[in-house]
Formats: sequence, structure tokens, C-alpha cells
Amino acid sequence: MSVFRAVLRRDLSLAMRQGGDAVMAVLFFVLAAILFPFGVGPEASVLARIAPGVVWVCALLAALLSLDRLFQAEWEDGTLDLLVLSPLPLELIVLAKCLAHWLVSGLPLVLAAPVVALLLQMEPTAVPRLVVALALGTPSLSLLGGMGAALSLGARRGGVLLALLVLPLTVPILIFGAAAVDEALAGGAVRAHFLVLGAFLALALPLCPLAAAAALRQAVE
Amino acid sequence: MTSIEIFTATDLACTRGERRVFAGIGFALRAGDALVLTGPNGSGKSSLLRILAGLGRLAGGRLAWKGAPIASDLAAHRARVHYVGHLDGVRPALTVAETLSFWCGLADRPRTHLGEALDVVGLGALSDTPCRFLSSGQRRRLALARLAAWHAPLWLLDEPGTGLDDAALAALAGLIRLHRSAGGVVVLSTHGALDLDRPRFLSLAEFRDRAMVPA
Repeated sequence: MSVFRAVLRRDLSLAMRQGGDAVMAVLFFVLAAILFPFGVGPEASVLARIAPGVVWVCALLAALLSLDRLFQAEWEDGTLDLLVLSPLPLELIVLAKCLAHWLVSGLPLVLAAPVVALLLQMEPTAVPRLVVALALGTPSLSLLGGMGAALSLGARRGGVLLALLVLPLTVPILIFGAAAVDEALAGGAVRAHFLVLGAFLALALPLCPLAAAAALRQAVE
Repeated sequence: MTSIEIFTATDLACTRGERRVFAGIGFALRAGDALVLTGPNGSGKSSLLRILAGLGRLAGGRLAWKGAPIASDLAAHRARVHYVGHLDGVRPALTVAETLSFWCGLADRPRTHLGEALDVVGLGALSDTPCRFLSSGQRRRLALARLAAWHAPLWLLDEPGTGLDDAALAALAGLIRLHRSAGGVVVLSTHGALDLDRPRFLSLAEFRDRAMVPA
């Protein structure tokens, strides 16, 4: 477990020192969402109707923004060799890196979401549900993204390839995440949606690191 | 020193893509041995070192540590290896001490000798300096500080002397001498002169002819 902590601590302190990633993801999130009123017009009822979907799509794209660097830098500077040689299984190291990515890029999005939702005229009563849905969904995004980042390692324009690989896989999360908020707005029960989001996370938690580690082992050979 | 061979390789072969890089390489190393890999660029020195570390894929042959094949317990083999490749793995935003401490943590070793390890490679005074201020020779020294930070019986060094000045080369030679006298084994590739006591040589160029056989 101390190896897990060492990887997590190092990635977090790198993110703190360089600072860019977290701020960039949140700024992108807010700016992209603010573009919608310009595009579809300022009518409150229209904005309120599309707000859940807009928040989710923007969060999705913002989370992808910093993912392509997740293993790229390690691969370029040789640290990946040391990660593979570590006694901790590579799957758990991948998990530590995905957790660090979520803490740096995903969590700020969850915290910024209420502001964006209110800017888009979303009913304030639905905002807590939105936050819960994002808190359940964004970790899955980091895990799926980690898998994509490992698979696209070394490819030219890896960032674009990563988006092409990962975005289709995020569709279920998008559907149930946005539907949970819609359901909350309509006064229905959202428990089922939350359970499905939780099930995705429970699936992604073991499977994505497994796939990512296999891809990384290929990359170092 | 014992006379028993502890690290043996038999009939190793390596392919990169469709191309056979080398085939038929074998050696048997005893405690305290140093094996220097020689050969022109592209003869497979780095590939061989990665294979010995358990990183690269072996196309044929077998490796054994104290008689036990390493393929049967790759994790145990990786734990006994100090691999220093030609990339230093140094991140500009971290300090010298943090970098070495992370490597220690990654290998799950106690961080008790970090200060001494940095002193050995002459980076003791720079321990709180962010790595972005290091020269390429100093980055190399930092990567080599791993060798002194914790014990591993098998050292695999890919061009360890690249970019090092005379003092650092002497420090590296001293580290290797100490390691060998304690019964450690070292395999390294080098183009430059490194002061080693009675090393054995393996010329990879000789194994290229046999490599002409299609994979």
C-alpha cells in the first residue's frame, strides 16, 4: 500500500506544482457551458431544459482534456520502466494514477458544476442530484480515460485517438447521468439512475486498470 | 565469493518487429562478476539489458537466477534488479530528494539512505533543487543514485557513463566495485572507458551472423 501512496502523492504534488491541469479543466468546463446560451439563445426555459445534458457533455470533454498526458510523460522520460519494475502490480499503479487524475481534474468539475448549472437556469432543487450524479460518474470517466491513455500511448496525435476511443464508451454514463437530473426535475425517483451509475463505476474500477496495465506492458516491450 | 554461477543465460534471442536482432547469446555469471556488453549501435545492447531486467520480450532461450528460471517468477526477478536505462526518468517539477524518494517508494524500499546516496553521486548539496535546474550529467547522477539508495543483487546499466564527468565516473566505478565485492552482479553496456576490475566482455556483433536466420 505504501507504493500506492507514493505514486498518488507524487502525481498530486506534480499537479500542484504545475498547477495547470486542474485550473484548465475547470475553466474549459465553465467556458464551454457558457457558450451554449450564445448558441441557443438566452431563453430561460430552453436553457433549463438542456442544462443537465450540457453540464454532462462539458464535464466529459473537460475530463478528457488532461488525460492524454496521464502516461505519456512517464513513457517519454523512462519512468514507465520503473513503474513496471515496481513490486506493486501495475494494475494498482494505474488505479493510483487514475485516482490522482480524478482528484485533480474530476473533483474540481463536481465542485464547479452547481455554478454552471445555475448559470444555465437549472432549477436549484435539482442541483444536489446533479452533484451526486457527477460524483458517481466522473470517476468512471477517469478510469475509462486511463485505459484509453494507455492504449493510445506512443501514437501520433494520441490525444485525438484517445477521445475517439473513450467517448463512445462514455455514452451510458452520459445517458444515466443526465437522465438522473431530468428525473429529479420532473419530480421522479432518481435512485435507479444513481444505482446504474454506481454499477458502471463498480465495473470500471477493476476492468479499466486491468486493460490499461496490459496496454502499458505492451508499450514497454 | 562463491564459484557457483548465479545468473545464467542460455541461447537468448531477440526480435524487434520482423527483424532478428541477435540469437544464440549465452553467459554464466558468478557472484562479483561484471559483464560488459560491446557492439556497434543497433546490435541489441539495450534490448538485451531490457530482457535481462524482465522488461523486454524474449524471443527464445532462457534466463535463470540461482538455477530457477526467472520466467516462472518475474515479480521476484524484478525486485532483485537495479535497471538504469538511457532515459533518466527525472521530472523537472520535483526536487532531487523528492525524485529519489519517489523511486524508493516505487520499489517499496525504506527511505533511510537517501542522503548518503545523493552524497555518493555528488548531489548532496542539491537535494532541495528542482530537477529542472539540473544539467544532463547531473540528471544521470541522480538516476545512478538509485544504485546506492537501496540494495539489489543484479545491476543492469545501459550506458551509465553517458554525460558524466571524471569525478562522477570515478564514483560510479567505486559503486560498482563495492557492489561486486559484496557479491553483486553487474551487466552494463558502455562505449566510454569505465574503470572496472577484470570485467568479462560479450560482443553482440558476433551474434548477428546467426541472427540472419529468419525469425
